[in-house]
Amino acid sequence: MEKLKKTYLGAIVLFLYAPILVLIAQSFNASRYRGQWTGFTWGWYERLIENEEIIAAFTNTLTIGVTSAVFATMLALVTALGMRQMGSRGRMLFRGLANVPLLNADIVTGISLMLLFLGVGLRLGYDTILLAHIVISLPYAMLCILPQVLAMDDVCYEAARDLGATPFTAFCKVILPELVPGIMAAFLLSFAMSADDFIVTYFTKGAGIETLTTEIYSELKLGVHPEMYALSALFFCGVLVFSALLMVNYKVIRRYREAGRKGAEA
Amino acid sequence: MNERITAQISSHRFLALPFILWAMFFIVLPLFFVLGTGLTNEAGDVTLANLLTVLQSEYLRALGLSVELALISTFICLLLAYPLCLILKAKRDKRGLLVFLLFLLPLWMNSLLTTMAWQTILEKHGLINMFLSYLGLPAVHLINTPAAIIIGMVYNFLPYMVLPLYVSLSRIDESIVEAARDLGANFWRTLRHVLLPLSLPGIVSGCTMVFIPALTTFVISALLGGNKVLLVGNIIEQEFTAAYDWQLGSALSMVLMVFIILNILLEAFTDNGEHRKKGRP
Amino acid sequence: MHKELLRLERINKSYDGRKILEDLDLTIHENEFVTLLGPSGCGKTTILRLIGGFERPDSGKIWFDGQDITSLQPEKRQVNTVFQKYSLFSHMDVAENIAFGLKLKGKSRNYIRDKIKYALKLVNLDGYEHARVTQMSGGQQQRIAIARAIVNEPKVLLLDEPLSALDLKLRQNMQRELVKIKRELGITFVFVTHDQEEALSMSDTVVVMNQGWIQQIGTPENVYNEPENAFVADFIGDSNIIDGIMIKDKLVHILGRDIPCINTGFGEEAPVDVQIRPEDIQICAPDQGQFQGIIKQVVFKGTVYDITVLAAGFEWLVQTITGHEQGSEVGLRLAPANIQIMAKPASEDEEAVSDE
Repeated sequence: MEKLKKTYLGAIVLFLYAPILVLIAQSFNASRYRGQWTGFTWGWYERLIENEEIIAAFTNTLTIGVTSAVFATMLALVTALGMRQMGSRGRMLFRGLANVPLLNADIVTGISLMLLFLGVGLRLGYDTILLAHIVISLPYAMLCILPQVLAMDDVCYEAARDLGATPFTAFCKVILPELVPGIMAAFLLSFAMSADDFIVTYFTKGAGIETLTTEIYSELKLGVHPEMYALSALFFCGVLVFSALLMVNYKVIRRYREAGRKGAEA
Repeated sequence: MNERITAQISSHRFLALPFILWAMFFIVLPLFFVLGTGLTNEAGDVTLANLLTVLQSEYLRALGLSVELALISTFICLLLAYPLCLILKAKRDKRGLLVFLLFLLPLWMNSLLTTMAWQTILEKHGLINMFLSYLGLPAVHLINTPAAIIIGMVYNFLPYMVLPLYVSLSRIDESIVEAARDLGANFWRTLRHVLLPLSLPGIVSGCTMVFIPALTTFVISALLGGNKVLLVGNIIEQEFTAAYDWQLGSALSMVLMVFIILNILLEAFTDNGEHRKKGRP
Repeated sequence: MHKELLRLERINKSYDGRKILEDLDLTIHENEFVTLLGPSGCGKTTILRLIGGFERPDSGKIWFDGQDITSLQPEKRQVNTVFQKYSLFSHMDVAENIAFGLKLKGKSRNYIRDKIKYALKLVNLDGYEHARVTQMSGGQQQRIAIARAIVNEPKVLLLDEPLSALDLKLRQNMQRELVKIKRELGITFVFVTHDQEEALSMSDTVVVMNQGWIQQIGTPENVYNEPENAFVADFIGDSNIIDGIMIKDKLVHILGRDIPCINTGFGEEAPVDVQIRPEDIQICAPDQGQFQGIIKQVVFKGTVYDITVLAAGFEWLVQTITGHEQGSEVGLRLAPANIQIMAKPASEDEEAVSDE
């Protein structure tokens, strides 16, 4: 039975990583064509770095990702703090509303936002992509922050006020540090959702600007460029780094909680 | 008057106000724009013509095919994910997060790139056929068929099934499974009488999270189906970018929204039932 | 003694690289109420899980009614378990929970209905057939768990610290009920707990364990009055444990004085552990005692006074039913029969297997 389990797990892992391995392997293939292997090369990586369009798209993805993540996280934080004081009915309504982009199909979200932007007279471009990304990241940011905020104890905050702190100071010194892990997770997750998005960006970007994912799509339609494989390999490295960040964050959360527990027991 | 304001402010509820505005403008309003566009013609008059066009056979065929492929993919995802989650659940304490991330990583890999890789694998001279010819077996024609799209869907959306399913299964304490075995149930009976009923919310949630993206994708069908297999997502995309019939595209989106809403209701219904059953927290 | 029902033979079990049980032998008899008693991590729950079939020993055999069940699946064993967390099926009501095992055996509907009625009556929950388990209190859930197990008429009922989550009064009630149930059903109970009062009050036989080794097996009185080593003496009840030297049979030297006792067989000039229960020490006038000292602390406990006396360089714990004044000079007297001599463990922190 144990062997069967291990085989099954291995098969799934193989299935999940096969395409990724193919991409990484192809990125070193000197031949343009997928069927043959003609030699090992770093050439495609070099060409990738020189590809202006890809660099521009990558920069856009980064800046939009960071900016939208910041806004989404802040909005989620403020909203969650407001939700603390609500009854369960109000919270359910808010939760439902916040989850709509999550449950909705990307294509509908993309089209609806595009129609909105054009309907109010905005020109499609960087700003509309930014707004759209905040829309899709917000549910995920809420998912990270809301549970922590709702589970927070009033006691420490009241203790701070009792000792003479103003609401703002108490907030900064007591509440905020406690929420840091959730905020970090919300930020990282929002960034990931923004960087990975294709369909919504596709509809809300208009002409003349590309993010990494839309750039990839347009290149794919023209035919595969081997630089794409190099890009994939680099992308995978990015994902590994991101996961490492997430793991570190998780360990911080755990250590934080244990310290809190030990403090309570002492 | 002043007291009420200070009471409001100190109660912090006003902090949720920005979100209301945001939600109204960016979540609710856009959907009305879709409705508006779908129910009008180019002149701006209200009409059901777009919806009627949608109900024509060619569009219905695409819709039918989309639903069929999405259902098959959802089912395959469930079949693959359930044993996986059972195995992971038992291994939980050992290296927890690491194993978790191992299965989560491919989710963050760009789906366009990985779908492109599947092209390489499924092609006429792709990896699978190369492997088969190495073994002396005949080549299979996978690319540009519905089968390829299903493979692409399963690959892309499997993590969406695994996540909620795993959360639901891991809530079932291992001692409940042991209790069932203690009372005489073998594995299959434990599965049927204990695990499946208790993990139902997770199953429904997972199916919801797979079915919708599978139903509405256009990238997977574009890359792995060529132009030979057209799904609803492809048609909508074409209406907006090539044919410029936005009214028709919006009408199609409205039809999709019906499916989405049904899906959400289904999940809310099963989730609510569970809440009522739980009784004491 | 009754006939042997369950035997664990030379069981070895490691977990995560740690040895939990080493060469363990244990025999359980028909109709016995056996309690496995010890601190957390001593291996008692592991033994229970081995009997239930949820763990397999690394080596060794398990015999049940003469048959080797070491590799038998849990669902096929004639034992049932009452789990610590109750582990009721939350998606079923009370009747369905109780009927679970019977349905699997293919019993008729009438049979099941009667059995459920009988079980609910036995645990004092008549009429609760259609209640939802999630809406019941801890004590009620506990009783449903017991009912669910016993309807299957197992030969052995395993109980894994079933009362640990209940408050004191409820726990004491349940202890009495469990003994009553056992007597009515006439089956063997194997009970695991870390609460020594529970063990002493319910069992026919107590198995005291520590760190994977059996320290002592005996009746409750036996284990309380004649502990065989320092661990048992200290774990059960309160003890004063003093280093001593056995001068010869019936004479032990502690804290600078020779005290008569009744133990023999330890040899001459042998280092031993001397154990005296607090309630067995008499407080008297200083010139009448074998030791002289000062009362350091008096604590009123309701039924007794816990008095700490510093005498001959040792802090004695004495229990009396009359009070004394803190700071007064007193004498301590020990009757020979109340002194228990125990062999010292061979190595520093070795927990010796008790030889029967």
